[in-house]
Amino acid sequence: MIYVGAVSDIPDGEAVKVQGSVPIAVFHVEGRLYAIDDTCTHQDASLADGWVEGCAVECPLHAACFDLRTGLPSGPPAKKAVRTHAVVVSDGEIWVEESVAVEPRFPVGAGASEHA
Amino acid sequence: MRAVTVVGGSLAGLTATRALRDQGFDGRIVVVGDELHTPYDRPPLSKEFLAGTQSVDDLALTTPEDTELAAEWRLGRRATALDAAERTVVLDDGERIVADAVVLATGARARPLPGPMPAGVHVLRTLDDAVALRADLVPGARLVVVGAGFIGSEVASTAAGLGLDVDFVANGAVPLERALGADVGRFCAGLHAAAGVRLHTGCGVAGVVGSDRVTAVRLTDGRELPADVVVVGIGALPNVEWLAGSGLALDDGVVTDSAGATSLPSVVAVGDCANSHRSYTGGMLRLEHWTNAVQQPVGAVAALLGRVHTPAPHHEVPYFWSDQYGHRVQFAGHRTPDCQVEIVEGDPAAADFLALYLDPSGSPVAVLGVDRARSFGRMRRRLGDRLTVAT
Ligand SMILES: Cc1cc2nc3c(=O)[nH]c(=O)nc-3n(C[C@H](O)[C@H](O)[C@H](O)COP(=O)(O)OP(=O)(O)OC[C@H]3O[C@@H](n4cnc5c(N)ncnc54)[C@H](O)[C@@H]3O)c2cc1C
Ligand code: FES
Repeated sequence: MIYVGAVSDIPDGEAVKVQGSVPIAVFHVEGRLYAIDDTCTHQDASLADGWVEGCAVECPLHAACFDLRTGLPSGPPAKKAVRTHAVVVSDGEIWVEESVAVEPRFPVGAGASEHA
Repeated sequence: MRAVTVVGGSLAGLTATRALRDQGFDGRIVVVGDELHTPYDRPPLSKEFLAGTQSVDDLALTTPEDTELAAEWRLGRRATALDAAERTVVLDDGERIVADAVVLATGARARPLPGPMPAGVHVLRTLDDAVALRADLVPGARLVVVGAGFIGSEVASTAAGLGLDVDFVANGAVPLERALGADVGRFCAGLHAAAGVRLHTGCGVAGVVGSDRVTAVRLTDGRELPADVVVVGIGALPNVEWLAGSGLALDDGVVTDSAGATSLPSVVAVGDCANSHRSYTGGMLRLEHWTNAVQQPVGAVAALLGRVHTPAPHHEVPYFWSDQYGHRVQFAGHRTPDCQVEIVEGDPAAADFLALYLDPSGSPVAVLGVDRARSFGRMRRRLGDRLTVAT
């Protein structure tokens, strides 16, 4: 488990970045916490720096939107999902359990050829 | 509406095609593009691709889902005329494509130096340009970059990283002076200097020396800079000559309203080829920005289909980014020469700051961030909100 900080450390609508096997962004949206891989799947940008709207974050570089619950992008320019991770809160402290494998996941409808 | 022809098979053309389907158009779409490549992304051509850290496959803009667009691609074919009354696009091989509407997305091309050039002199606009340039960027080679705009600045940065010996010729006092102003330009000059790139300001190019292959660049102040490779980055010209005589209003691009509508019915223009009215500035601007090429087609297609499209206010704020020497520069808004620059966060000396451009009345009209994506993004939205208040 990766220690993130106290719940009070992340104001609503904000995100923090922690280090797992890759950087992970933890978002606080209306009382809920979400953890996803921090690096956009399109190019090199930190999603923790993005704009949170509802349950999605907009990448700060080219505005691809990722669903914080599923990691799926809503459309171009991102083609691949970011991984999502389980968030555990205990005694007001936030922990993230990093998803085990760095398994690639794809938007619904994407062809299998993307696995190549 | 049963058929739409899209001319230009790159970022804006592909985005227009996707937008047509997203917005429910189920008729025929023909996309004409004069490059042989399927749509690819240009920004990495001066950055990761040139540096060798991205491959041709990484540049692909299309995804497997795009086959569902069921568009007919005519690649390697050039449009040579538009018969506006019939909405017919004439191709270089004589084919005439008749449609109910036409989307013009022919982009821009690199402005060359005048006259024939010896080998080793490059421009950078296309994938083919980038492949040819990359082959010439060997460590230790002497590179002269002519023109201190974004392409020149990024090529200098990438080439310095590859171990070339770089001279950088700017006709202004600092790089990017026109786009970012003198203050931020001075900061950029510092980045080049820190990487060992020699900046020659206030001079132009008198000529290129070399018979078969380039050997030097002659400057207007009489000096000669030895060169194995030269990159000319002196701006881009809109690809609109083929539209002369079509009846379309042309002025540094295809003249359009803020939705992309041209002076002719059922013909819209988007991306780098469009000189459009911008609600953010209240004037005409031809933007050569990636984000404009993905946002403008959505509104233009809506206009063609008679749909109402209200862009998010912050989408009305012109935006671009640039990567130089490992730093991400982001800019949103519109700078005028009378703007004052105020550093509101961080420190330029540390190459980590946020700057506001204030108009003479003191209100922010543009924002620039260097490695400050989060606060930049917020300020970009605030500039958009300003627009909502103003209108
Ligand atoms: C090296 C480089 C780096 C860049 N970096 C950045 C960056 O960091 N940030 C940023 O915001 N922007 C950047 N840009 C700008 C961005 O790439 C452009 O704004 C974008 O490509 C514009 O898309 P477009 O589809 O309008 O035009 P284009 O990409 O120019 O595409 C137009 C297409 O139409 C074709 N065409 C032209 N005439 C005809 C004809 N008569 N018939 C058929 N086809 C035709 C062209 O060959 C081309 O394929 C960069 C551009 C370059 C070249
Ligand atoms: S880097 Fe995130 S959308 Fe491009």
